[in-house]
Amino acid sequence: MLIIECPWCGPRDQTEFSYGGEAHIVRPLQPDTLTDAEWADYLFMRSNTKGRYREQWCHAHGCRRWFNAERDTVTYRIDSVYKVGETPPEPKQ
Amino acid sequence: MQRYSLFSLARNAVSYHERWQRAWRSPDPKPAYDAIIVGGGGHGLATAYYLAKEHGITNVAVLEKGWIGGGNTGRNTTIVRSNYLWDESAHLYEKSLQLWEGLSQDLNYNVMFSQRGVMNLGHSLQDMRDIVRRSSANRLNGIDSEVLTPEQIKELVPIIDISSQARYPILGASFQRRGGVARHDAVAWGFARGADARGVDIIQNCEVTGIQRENGVVTGVETSRGIIKAPKIGVVAAGHSSVIADMAGIRMPIESHPLQALVSEPLKPVLHTVVMSNGVHGYVSQSDKGELVVGAGIDSYIGYGQRGSLSVIEGNVAAIIELFPIFSRVRMLRQWGGIVDVCPDACPIIGKMPLGGLYFNCGWGTGGFKATPGSGWVFAHTIAQDRPHALNEAFSLERFTSGALIDEHGAAGVAH
Repeated sequence: MLIIECPWCGPRDQTEFSYGGEAHIVRPLQPDTLTDAEWADYLFMRSNTKGRYREQWCHAHGCRRWFNAERDTVTYRIDSVYKVGETPPEPKQ
Repeated sequence: MQRYSLFSLARNAVSYHERWQRAWRSPDPKPAYDAIIVGGGGHGLATAYYLAKEHGITNVAVLEKGWIGGGNTGRNTTIVRSNYLWDESAHLYEKSLQLWEGLSQDLNYNVMFSQRGVMNLGHSLQDMRDIVRRSSANRLNGIDSEVLTPEQIKELVPIIDISSQARYPILGASFQRRGGVARHDAVAWGFARGADARGVDIIQNCEVTGIQRENGVVTGVETSRGIIKAPKIGVVAAGHSSVIADMAGIRMPIESHPLQALVSEPLKPVLHTVVMSNGVHGYVSQSDKGELVVGAGIDSYIGYGQRGSLSVIEGNVAAIIELFPIFSRVRMLRQWGGIVDVCPDACPIIGKMPLGGLYFNCGWGTGGFKATPGSGWVFAHTIAQDRPHALNEAFSLERFTSGALIDEHGAAGVAH
């Protein structure tokens, strides 16, 4: 069970949140010039990293705002949370 | 290979069962093979078995980072069925079901395949429309399927609550009588024994750490037990497919999630078939030992930890109790998680990769166990012939670029 720290509301139970998958996937600025392979990469291909992973969460049953988290996908430990548009904090050792 | 029979049982009883041969050898890896299979789960071992049996390629190594069958093969709910909606997947899973039907005899190993039927419940008008549609599609593909009324369900499963007072009343179900369950460990062991007897080396505790390549073709793998050369590498790594693909510089449309299941204390026989419900999300069967085997949904987050969150189990158990009020005081014995490799269209990727000599069989997500023999059968063909079989042609990685997805979320049965 995860305790996730919403940047606005503080630590809350995982059941209040919904998951948004990999973070920092940029929507194509000129979609009409994209090749099929580039579309496939944007729509479907995911890093799916084993280890430290930056991902999106939404505090769906709280303030309903989106934010990013850096989490280890093996231990499930959340190292940091940061707001959308902010630079991710340096990884703690 | 020592054949198992009534006579061999009697003969070994005389020697107090101390002279049984080991079911498979434990060889050191050779420096080179004709083909390497990465991943010693059911699918990987089946691939090696059919490579040797159907295609005469016996100089093969199966590399397993842990022990064989210790991943998702030993972590599923053992349900076997072939009631998929679209032609491509229906044909693939039906091929697998046909192989299941003769598997114990073929392997000379009892995989305890029990065709006790698989029932998919409907709880709303839309559920029932989907059930009738899928059932009709199955019959058009020559796959057995019936649509049951609540009374017919009650006759088959007397402990189920079909009353209209239920929060999600049962309106009907689809039923595949040829579906059922099998003993998952026996499937891995049977394929391992069969492959080993034909000369395949099964190498456990051997983790692949890199893929070697030259001029766009693979030449071998780096492992925790040294470099092993091979011109053909078949990767069947389930939840770790993205990790291996990354070693080859290939991006995959896969996300790895925890999928949990749990079993109860043993009970007297109360449930003679497999009952699944997409609507309230739960599926349950009773093992031959008497335990209820209950499958939960996947956790929404990516996880390689082979464990999930309790909230998923809570929701799942609530659904099971809603369907079977008699289970409300059953105690659960143990619970576990596997790492499932989920594809965006809930269908597998079985085919060639952009690197020459590299093949992937992955993306089975929440429903790979039922496909074990068929998956190995088509993948062995793909590796041996260097081109897909007609049954797995549509399941290429290329479909995510072309857009020819095969949407099986409805038939996949597990909430994503």
